[in-house]
Amino acid sequence: MPAATENLIERCREIVEDLQMGEVRRWKEQNPGAAAIGYFPVYAPMELIHASGFLPVGLNGAGDRLDLQYADARFGSFICSIVKTTLEMGLTGYLDPLDGLLFSGICDSARNLAFVFQRNFPQKYVDFLHLPQNPSSSASAGFLKAEYLRLAAQLEKLGGRKLADDALRASIAAYNENRALLGDLYALRASNPHQVRTSDLYLLQRAGNFLPVETHNEWLSRALADIADRQAKPRDSVRIVIEGSFCEQPPLDLIRLVEDAGCYVLDDDFLLGRRWFTEDVPAGDDPLGALAESYLDRSVYSSVRHDFRHRRHKLLVEKARRLGADAVLFLIAKFCEPAYFDYVLFKRELEAAQIPHLLLEFEEKAFTFDRLRIEVETFVESLLFD
Amino acid sequence: MSEAPRSEYRGQIHQQQKDLMLRWYERLEESARTGNPPSVELMISGNSIELLEGFGAVPLYPEVNALQLAIRHLSLDPILAAEELGYAADNCAYVKADIGALIRGITPAGTPLPKPALVLCNFVGCNTYVKWFEHAAEFQGVPLAMLDVPFLRTPEPRAEDVDYVVRQLHEIVCQLEQITGRRFDMDRFREAVRCSARVEEAWSRIKHLARRTPSPFDAYFDAITLMGPLYVYRGSPEGVAFFELALKEMEEKAARGEGIYDQEKFRVVLEGPPPYPFFRSFRDMFASWKATAVASTYSTVGGLWEFGFRHDPSRPFESVALHMLAHNVTNRNYLQRYEQIRRYVEEWDADGIVIHFVKSCRLFSAGQGDMRDYFTRQLGVPTLYIESDLEDPRYFSEAQIKNRMDAFFEALEHSRSTGTLRRGAAALRQPAAGAGSAPGAGERLNILP
Ligand code: SF4
Ligand code: SF4
Repeated sequence: MPAATENLIERCREIVEDLQMGEVRRWKEQNPGAAAIGYFPVYAPMELIHASGFLPVGLNGAGDRLDLQYADARFGSFICSIVKTTLEMGLTGYLDPLDGLLFSGICDSARNLAFVFQRNFPQKYVDFLHLPQNPSSSASAGFLKAEYLRLAAQLEKLGGRKLADDALRASIAAYNENRALLGDLYALRASNPHQVRTSDLYLLQRAGNFLPVETHNEWLSRALADIADRQAKPRDSVRIVIEGSFCEQPPLDLIRLVEDAGCYVLDDDFLLGRRWFTEDVPAGDDPLGALAESYLDRSVYSSVRHDFRHRRHKLLVEKARRLGADAVLFLIAKFCEPAYFDYVLFKRELEAAQIPHLLLEFEEKAFTFDRLRIEVETFVESLLFD
Repeated sequence: MSEAPRSEYRGQIHQQQKDLMLRWYERLEESARTGNPPSVELMISGNSIELLEGFGAVPLYPEVNALQLAIRHLSLDPILAAEELGYAADNCAYVKADIGALIRGITPAGTPLPKPALVLCNFVGCNTYVKWFEHAAEFQGVPLAMLDVPFLRTPEPRAEDVDYVVRQLHEIVCQLEQITGRRFDMDRFREAVRCSARVEEAWSRIKHLARRTPSPFDAYFDAITLMGPLYVYRGSPEGVAFFELALKEMEEKAARGEGIYDQEKFRVVLEGPPPYPFFRSFRDMFASWKATAVASTYSTVGGLWEFGFRHDPSRPFESVALHMLAHNVTNRNYLQRYEQIRRYVEEWDADGIVIHFVKSCRLFSAGQGDMRDYFTRQLGVPTLYIESDLEDPRYFSEAQIKNRMDAFFEALEHSRSTGTLRRGAAALRQPAAGAGSAPGAGERLNILP
């Protein structure tokens, strides 16, 4: 890979690991009066925040870079890490660059977190979106459009631009491009997994949490051109699909470990909120309506979105088959209730389809991966040599 | 402490409650045998039992089944069976007990339960419900419908929220007509809504009796006994008769100045579901201190009526929607729950709060540490925080909970002897400057702009 791309990925790593959110602070200096709005995974309408002239900032916890001093007492046992580290970041000032925080009902823990934030940070705008879970109803799209309008009005109160169709169309186009670029990178990895390291793709993607989408698009285009030209030799690997990391993110070292232990990752659900539409959002006469309909009809499945017309466990098996995967690796955050519930039906369906799988549990903060490494290696060996 | 005094109320309604619940199981058995009446699986939270009455359908409440299993010490086997299927140690044990029981063919009363005509996921607050019902439909092989109720993120539900729920209710009526082959009976539906309003009035008045000192009943433990009929019979004349009788008995008790002990010593507000596998021992711990729960959030899961909401027969669909949206604890947001508890302390004249953290249930417990911070640091209300589970007997440490409970009530007793224990409105202090990081300390919470 050319040095330029190596440098770019290194730059992305710095951005991702910078708890102080230097990039966000810089953007705010350059855009006085404009607000930065943090959004909790998974399905945040970044287009709307962008169209109001604000910077959407993706929140994905603090990884292993922050000790919990306060949040443990607020959230107690049996709660996943991202909920606690996000609150800890707030209570220790790391979220100061953000003027607002947006949540949605992905799970009960995240939902209560939204309101705990509301109490503890009265100076911030904290909102909660209800994303409809019944796409079969004729009323869902209208409801979601109204919900998005409510959000737009709040952003306007915060000093944002009044929502205008033209601006929204432009934002939708920018994010369509962002998803298309990421989609190309993902497609390239699926067809030539030896050419694209998952940990690189991950960093390139995650840096977008803190960058204006236009900048991120530029970076992704550059990286895509370079990586496509890259020469690398294929090795003996097991071709896997990763499922279960749609919200809390596994440590980077764990992602590397999975690759180093002999897995080619054909697809994953890391940072799902960056590519949650399966197709472009059509930005026609009614862009807001299109955004709402896209959540209902064009959004990627995950354990925190319910669409009984298309069952997730069937979709996972279809995906594994389509990509020619040898196995599915479940990477599930400790205490992530939605992921664990889904595992039951996923497992049943995979077993029926005779697709092997391995379940690994992680926490944001993990210091040693020895046990996980052995598990992955044993799994890989059993698949390669059986 | 000495032997716990017997604390539960036993009047006519005690036996009637048993009979009513037995009849419910008989109807379910009949449905299992003959398909008539049809049954519909439903969640307790903000349940729309009135709609089912419009079809003459019987509700199948898996939560009630799960808690019955736990009370009868039958929950561990099905939980283990579910874990074999891949459920995690930390998944809600209600779900595990229900699915495990389904697979093992275990029922709480030993009588068969029907295969529901429809699994109707009334998504009222708890995200786990959606998973639960998806799995229940899958493992029973029955149709599944979603009734998506927007979470209460503004102080009042928005017109769009109400409209969205009403339109889904209409769609579900059509779906149920197709599935059951029965016509929806609008008159019967309206009548059910009227019955609900009467039950709610009686229930609410019962709850307000607990504002007296002594309280004639326990608004946690005794309330749970009344909750079965509240969910199964709310929309029917049997429900009205039962709750009007209950009100009469409680009023008589109150008029005689009878509490649940010879002398009521402490008045607490309870937050969180009970540990059903150890229901008796848990109750005894309160009884040994002669502590009465004068209010509880758990008893408002199916509906929150003590602050005035009633179903309205002149707008039946809309009022069913409003009930689901705004008038039950599960669909109200977390700060609205703080406010509900604060009002209980103030208006129900309590000495303190007992927060029961339940491992299974993030809906209740995620963030209870912050809740505790609000009440102790900001409002200065004595608060006890204990942990166990509502269904899984492996998570109950009797000695530990008892120690903490004893320490809490000893401290209250001490404050009382030194004259510093305050009750009700006086318990809510105006905090010292700088206490707490929240808005307008000591004031009502400003829920949303
Ligand atoms: S990781 Fe899972 S449990 Fe935690 S906030 Fe995300 S969806 Fe909820
Ligand atoms: S999480 Fe809580 S409210 Fe939800 S089903 Fe379990 S016990 Fe009930």
